[in-house]
Amino acid sequence: MLEFRFHGRGGQGAVTSAELLALSAIAEGKFAQAFPSFGPERRGAPVVAYARIDEAKVLNRTAVSTPNVVVVLDPSILRIVNTSEGMVDGGTQIVNTSRTAAEVREAFKLKGRLVTVNANRIAAEEIGRVITNTTMLGALVRAMGVVKRDTIVEHLKERFGRIAAGNIKAFLRAYEECVIS
Amino acid sequence: MAKRKGMEVSIAIAEAASMCNVDVVSAYPITPQTHVVEHLADIVADGELDAEFIPVESEHAAMSACVGAAAAGARTFTATASQGLALMHEILFIASSLRTPIVMVVANRALSAPINIWNDHSDVMTERDVGWIQIFAENGQEAADLVVQAFRFGEDKRVLLPVMVHFDGFVVSHVVEPIEMLTHAEVKTFLPDYAPQQKLDIDAPISMGPVGIPAVYTEAKMAGEAVLRDAYGPIVECLDDFGKRFGRTYKPVETYRREDADILLVTMGGISETAMTWVDRARAAGEKVGLVRFRLWRPLPDKDFKEAVKGARVLAVVDRHFSPGGPGGPVAQEIKYILYGQKGAPSIVEFVAGLGGRDVGFADFDNMYKKAKAVLGGATVPPFEIVQVRGGHHGEA
Amino acid sequence: MTIRQSGTPKWKELALGNAVLVPGSSRHNRTGDWRSSRPIWKLEQCVKCGVCTVFCPEGCIAMRRADAYPEADMEYCKGCGICVNECFTGCIAMQEEKE
Repeated sequence: MLEFRFHGRGGQGAVTSAELLALSAIAEGKFAQAFPSFGPERRGAPVVAYARIDEAKVLNRTAVSTPNVVVVLDPSILRIVNTSEGMVDGGTQIVNTSRTAAEVREAFKLKGRLVTVNANRIAAEEIGRVITNTTMLGALVRAMGVVKRDTIVEHLKERFGRIAAGNIKAFLRAYEECVIS
Repeated sequence: MAKRKGMEVSIAIAEAASMCNVDVVSAYPITPQTHVVEHLADIVADGELDAEFIPVESEHAAMSACVGAAAAGARTFTATASQGLALMHEILFIASSLRTPIVMVVANRALSAPINIWNDHSDVMTERDVGWIQIFAENGQEAADLVVQAFRFGEDKRVLLPVMVHFDGFVVSHVVEPIEMLTHAEVKTFLPDYAPQQKLDIDAPISMGPVGIPAVYTEAKMAGEAVLRDAYGPIVECLDDFGKRFGRTYKPVETYRREDADILLVTMGGISETAMTWVDRARAAGEKVGLVRFRLWRPLPDKDFKEAVKGARVLAVVDRHFSPGGPGGPVAQEIKYILYGQKGAPSIVEFVAGLGGRDVGFADFDNMYKKAKAVLGGATVPPFEIVQVRGGHHGEA
Repeated sequence: MTIRQSGTPKWKELALGNAVLVPGSSRHNRTGDWRSSRPIWKLEQCVKCGVCTVFCPEGCIAMRRADAYPEADMEYCKGCGICVNECFTGCIAMQEEKE
């Protein structure tokens, strides 16, 4: 089983990221779940969302405390949250940053294999707003290969309808532009 | 049957209710509501379901409108949670006593104070006496399936009672997970159109909800007791038929790996799936432990439960609510009622866990199991223990 | 036993009725941490009407400058952008925070 934890801010779509990942995995015949860290929804407040993907039915409904993969949707989260907490040895952190992996690792003492992508810039250019949830999925799919790129694209179309095009472009660009260290 | 699809559980429930062709949905649309009625409002507004959606000013009004609609012969649905269910309290008795087969899903959540919107069973467990059929779903698939079944057994001529379908708030309600929805055609063959036995009708007038003077009230309550107890048969018939048609079988009391178990965990609701995962791990480590859950809560399936725990020596009961200053957790108390005086009845170790959204994980099950094992070895334990509480239990040094 | 108003108190350390005993506790909740973008005023367009101070859900905007133009307290401004929406003259814009 792969366990994911998404760090973002209320309104940035961390929950949507987790959901799109789970929906895509389920569509490919795997078992998956996605859920938010339950609580009042406050725009801008640090939020967490979780996902699990497995070949067998996922039964555990507790919060993910030992993630294999951590996704950081907002660079400023790193200042206030220890995103490495509980991550398994050999885990992967996928970070939205304009800096290099070495720089963010040093600045925030990040654990694990680092994957960086400048999702703010990509989202601003492709979507016109700094909402990085779909962009970050591009880096995640590239780094983990846990679902197919096309499956995510299908679900982006379904979820976003007429504004899907920008999200798909941002997703594909992040897939290409992310740096896996 | 439709393909397995990823869906948020609340959305799946709304779609299931929609497939049941409900006539009236009445709900209070803000906190502590779920996406269930929000999505139903969409479905109705989009013209996909020919129903009356009545947004009201409180849950008290929501349930009142539901009783009125059901009394007029409409297939009626609503959803609520925590404070909302508490606010419906007095109307819940009326719904069952008037024999209006409303179906309501309840995303089980804690009651204030302190203000808490997270999952536990304090809302449902304080509504045990309202005369409704109450049944628990442990995941999204079960919740969607049970909504369809609830209409059928609730509207059964032999029953005609309102039904609460319980599912854990957040831990189930807000989760995206794989669900196989029934098709419209499948629901149509399984669930007949609602044919009310009596209704408010100007062409054939009756009065519903009259005074019950002391000379009548006792008999009216006996009638309520009898019909709810007798609902067991039609409910089981319905669950069995559903299983035969669609391959997903539901039982009043569910068991998991109970064969040769000395110790059985007893859980209800969404925590049960986590508990199953824990049981698998404990079994793999050679422990003789299994799991029992009440699916049907009212009418209480006492005989099924006795059968399910036969041979077990200790029951570790995990309650999600308790009665302050009283006898501890409600599930444990009802189990004691079931087993009292029975020769060779298992010992009962009582836990109250996961209050107000506190996560209950494998480490907690490990601890509970360790205590149950100590009791198996002859140790005595306190009447009940609140799991994870900081500062020790009341009465401890 | 001492009363603890934060962190992970034991049950005996809770205040009577779980009350919050010290006024102004919300000041400790520095919502400025939530911000991913901040309001910037174009003062030459500002008419000092104060509508931004009224609508700010944090109450963190005040006409506290010597020249009585509005200013947000960045310790608490959570970057919600409501001031931008409410401003009559359109003199406020949100600017993304730097890393």
